[in-house]
Amino acid sequence: MSSELTLSSNKSRKIKDKIARYGVTLGGLLVLAALLLIFFYLLYVVAPIFRSAEIHNQTSFNIPHQAQTLAIGVEEQVEIAYLFDDSSTARFFYVQTDNTKNQTAGQEIASIKLLDDHRVSTFAQSMAARKLYAYGFENGSALVVSPKFTTSFPNNIRHISADINYVTGQTPVEMDTQGHALTQLAVEKNMDSLYLVAATDDNRLLINSLSSEENFMTGEIEWSSDITEIEAIPHPISQIRLSSNLAYMFVLSGNHLFIYNIRDLTDISLIQDMDVNADDASVTTMSLLSGASSIMIGNDNGIISQWFEIRTEAGRQFVKAREFDNQHSVSQIVPEFYRKSFFTLSNDATVGIYFTTSDAELFNDRIQQGSIEHMSVAPRSNALLTQTDDSFHLFKVDNEHPEVTWKALWQKVWYEGYPEPDYVWQSTSADDEFESKFSLVPISFGTIKAAFYAMLFAVPIALAAAIYTAYFMSPGMRQTVKPTIEIMEALPTVILGFLAGLWLAPVIENNLPGVLMFLLLTPVGIVTAAYVWTFTPEKIRLSFRDGWDAVLLIPVVLVCAYISFALSPELEIWFFDGDTRAFLTNELGIGFDQRNSLVVGIAMGFAVIPTIFSIAEDAIFSVPKQLSNGSLALGATPWQTLTRVVLLTASPGIFSAVMMGLGRAVGETMIVLMATGNTPIMDWNIFEGMRTLSANIAVEMPESEVGSSHYRILFLAAFVLFIFTFLFNTVAEFVRQRLREKYSDL
Amino acid sequence: MNNWFKSGSPWIWMTAGAVSISLIAVLGLLLMIAWRGLVYFWPSSIYQFDVLQANGESQTLIGEIYDTESIPARRLSDQGIDLRGHKGEFISRELIKTGNREYVDLDFRWVLESDIVSRSQPAGLAMFERSKNGNFYGYITEVLQQGEPVSGDKTEQLHQLIERANDLNEQAIDLQNDEIGSINYQLEQLRLKRRSLEINDKLTDAAIASLDAQKEQLQAQYQILEKALFAIRDKTERDAVVVTDMRGEKITLPLNQVLDVTQPNDMNIAEKIWHFLRQIGKFVSQDPREANTEGGVFPAIFGTVFMVMLMAVIVTPFGVIAAIYLHEYAQKGPVTKMLRIAVINLAGVPSIVYGVFGLGFFVYILGGSIDELFYPEALPGPTFGTPGVLWSAITLAILTLPVVIVSTEEGLSRIPMSLRQGSLALGATKAETLWRIVIPMASPAIMTGLILAVARAAGEVAPLMLVGVVKSAPMLPLDGNFPFFHLDRKFMHLGFHIYDVGFQSPNVEAARPLVFATAFLLVAVIVGLNITAIGIRNHLREKFRSLEN
Repeated sequence: MSSELTLSSNKSRKIKDKIARYGVTLGGLLVLAALLLIFFYLLYVVAPIFRSAEIHNQTSFNIPHQAQTLAIGVEEQVEIAYLFDDSSTARFFYVQTDNTKNQTAGQEIASIKLLDDHRVSTFAQSMAARKLYAYGFENGSALVVSPKFTTSFPNNIRHISADINYVTGQTPVEMDTQGHALTQLAVEKNMDSLYLVAATDDNRLLINSLSSEENFMTGEIEWSSDITEIEAIPHPISQIRLSSNLAYMFVLSGNHLFIYNIRDLTDISLIQDMDVNADDASVTTMSLLSGASSIMIGNDNGIISQWFEIRTEAGRQFVKAREFDNQHSVSQIVPEFYRKSFFTLSNDATVGIYFTTSDAELFNDRIQQGSIEHMSVAPRSNALLTQTDDSFHLFKVDNEHPEVTWKALWQKVWYEGYPEPDYVWQSTSADDEFESKFSLVPISFGTIKAAFYAMLFAVPIALAAAIYTAYFMSPGMRQTVKPTIEIMEALPTVILGFLAGLWLAPVIENNLPGVLMFLLLTPVGIVTAAYVWTFTPEKIRLSFRDGWDAVLLIPVVLVCAYISFALSPELEIWFFDGDTRAFLTNELGIGFDQRNSLVVGIAMGFAVIPTIFSIAEDAIFSVPKQLSNGSLALGATPWQTLTRVVLLTASPGIFSAVMMGLGRAVGETMIVLMATGNTPIMDWNIFEGMRTLSANIAVEMPESEVGSSHYRILFLAAFVLFIFTFLFNTVAEFVRQRLREKYSDL
Repeated sequence: MNNWFKSGSPWIWMTAGAVSISLIAVLGLLLMIAWRGLVYFWPSSIYQFDVLQANGESQTLIGEIYDTESIPARRLSDQGIDLRGHKGEFISRELIKTGNREYVDLDFRWVLESDIVSRSQPAGLAMFERSKNGNFYGYITEVLQQGEPVSGDKTEQLHQLIERANDLNEQAIDLQNDEIGSINYQLEQLRLKRRSLEINDKLTDAAIASLDAQKEQLQAQYQILEKALFAIRDKTERDAVVVTDMRGEKITLPLNQVLDVTQPNDMNIAEKIWHFLRQIGKFVSQDPREANTEGGVFPAIFGTVFMVMLMAVIVTPFGVIAAIYLHEYAQKGPVTKMLRIAVINLAGVPSIVYGVFGLGFFVYILGGSIDELFYPEALPGPTFGTPGVLWSAITLAILTLPVVIVSTEEGLSRIPMSLRQGSLALGATKAETLWRIVIPMASPAIMTGLILAVARAAGEVAPLMLVGVVKSAPMLPLDGNFPFFHLDRKFMHLGFHIYDVGFQSPNVEAARPLVFATAFLLVAVIVGLNITAIGIRNHLREKFRSLEN
């Protein structure tokens, strides 16, 4: 009856067994998968920052026109572009074909005649982000306009409409009361003042400061102008630029650059003039980088140099910070809207993309046939529009993370306004014009510094304690001592950090001499107590079993601590004039933070002591007894046996313990976060703080924008930590496994 | 002496010293946290001081002594403090907590010992615990019931009136959190439902009418409840107490702001112990007040426990299966070796890296996809695409996986081979042997691993800061609204509470005792869990040792 049943049930049992086998195997391999997933996911997020820029042609179209184009531009969503021509007309047209919206590339949306009866003599453009354009006319007047785009979402479809905004009104601003034609023009706006600077054909340089005021009655904005003439000007003027904060005016004349301080219009002064051309070359163009702290100078041999103002011994001065070599004569430099990138254009349609901070050439190639007359970068730097006569080309630009290069992360970089190249971590800022400083060196240094002081504190104590516990202590006592020390490993680091920051740091600050004295007094005290112990009557001495010395020493250490801290104020008066902190800072010139490396070293030391102790103790304890017994039988003292036999044998295990401890110290977050001021400084001073990779991630990650360079760099920091600890742990584990095999052979 | 040095025994003593230092550090640390944590709950005496002022007049100060120190006089004069002709190199001073925050510039002040003319602990001095502005110290002068002074035992009456006000306050809070909270939740659900219909093009007129009707009904209910709430609030404003403060001025404190009143100077030891226990009870059961710097830590305890339990549910099966694979199935080979290295590395990777991984992978990638698939109506507001308790639990599950694996494997290795062989010999398959014999025997080891994992997770803060913990969560992840478990919500955590209150709060001095109390709570839980785990493990070892012999 049941043979079939049994068979089938056997079958199902077998199937179940198989399923269990595969299930468990799969489950086991999931651990490996988890580790690999972490590794590859981190890598996946980090990878894009090392990609270089790419440019692809997206659309080409023609816009027939008679007049000469003066400037072109693209709106933020890269749907609409505009051009200004010398018939004082602004024209708007689509640059992308979108059938759902009935848009074709090149289709004109609007053509606006800005002004009649005025002959254009010059044209100017403000910083890219301000989007101001100014016409200069032959009758000495100027008109400032700005393209205006309004986005609306009828039926959930984005619709952008274009218009012109007459910034200072529809009537031109009178620049030259004598009515001479304007030959050069510059325009810039800051808050409610707008500056126009013009050179006239009779060689005068005029600054017109326009300030706006809202009429309370009508709500209209009224502009009042105030014209100042600058004396003793260079000739001929080839280019004029204004800094975006309206503090400086840059006038290029041939190879010579004149820098005027125009903060106070009643006292305009020439603060610097210098030759800015590269060796054996002449200057072709000048441009200001976004933020307007840097001047970029292009040369006809392809050299582009960056100049910015730094504090020198002779006061603030513009100096040349770095050079890029494009190898083609640079005809135009087009800065990006918000980043420190710029595009260069050469005569044969060669376009270069550079990022100043990271000193990187991201792209340098010919992007189309023939030549390019005008070029414009989209506000989000994701597109490039070029124009030659009637034909337009729109290019897609992939350049998400220009700020990150190997050099920017790990080498000294000369940042704008810094007196010299330096390692700086300063990731966030108040405004768009800020130059992000992404050097990982200071925070890596901080990590190493924190780990170093922690190990300095932890390794001696942990190893000594491990040696004593494993080798000298009685087994009964070992059974309580070992778990007690190991329980410290379970203490949350947030508690250690909190104690370090709120309790230990003020205690150390107030009792610094006591702390130093404790470090010196304790070893002396222990040795003295031990020596005195040898004179105690044998009866008492023998009543203590081997290995109870540690218990005996507890009161000794406590007494040492008490004496040190009780004497601390006295010591402070004797040696440090009653105020150690002031003494350190004033007399020795050592900076002192309340939350410093000493505090971190002690707190993090305590966190790694149990790790090191536990592994080292295991290694020493499992040294085969016959080795030490043999040594003792041959007449060696216990100490000799320990140092020459036991420790040598266990040394790989001890090494592995230290590596594990180091791995933990490097990655520890909360203690460092809470026990230091988290300032990214580079200084070995034990009385100053640091910022570590891990604390940096914890502080900045919640605020970083997903997918931004900053976000990816924080992932890179995590990746670096991962690799660090992976190496330490893997090496330690290998060593430990080898040791275990060796012992089992013995 | 020389010989003694040569024998090496000083060095042995030095190593012994290292053990003593470690022991002192561990025990000292635990004792200090316990002491400073528990002192927070003990009713401390209130002193009245007469303090000499700079202008020669004396001023009365009432408050608790918070700290005492003796420091070189030089340091104080360097800080620009007027020592008023104090002689001697040292000077001692006391930090007095005077409370009454809205009437004085500083609720903590240092007073030089030499300036104190007299000090006393007068009976009748009362400490009022308030829901706003911290403690208030003073003498009870008048108890006002409906604006009229009461006759008879003022303290007795005051206690009754405070109890009444507190009951009413509690009613109001319950009403606000439960009934009104539920209506708000339902309204939000209606909004999402409407949006969801809209996305799917199913928003018919009938549907709109039905939704609007429900909405109106809810809003009507809301109006009623709101009226009830205001009625209760009005009632709480009935009574007040008049207190004479240290400036001698009479201050009227409305009783709806007074949580408790104690007169520690009049308490005997039994009353103090009772008060102490009551304070502990309040600490673990109440919500925090005043940006977490006062009140209890109940939501943090709840959040920690909830997250840790969720994590335990996730980590146990994976950890146990991985351990079984490693110990029972895996053959010696490169894969197994790599697996062991992976386990060691998972244990060694810094916890913040898990946080970064959890934020990027779980929150943004997994959570983002879940939102797109299942919660499109709530977009662009994220549901699971934002840090929350589920992601925290999963992240910590990966972090604690090695703990469970190592502990379970150790348990498996202690089970004698003969038991397995016996089972197999009787015809059981390997799976059956595992299920019926090995796993039941290893269950205490699995338990140990789980407890250790829970202890580790309960103390971990750094990764949680990225994947779900917040300073203050308005709603618990578990409540009476369907589906009861809200795994997408953010939560509070004891460890983060310590970091936040100790380092981010505006008045660290005032918050410090509370941080110690929280720290003590956390340490007690974690050390307790660890000792339990060690106990189970030792018990297990003994059991199998006897089995082997």
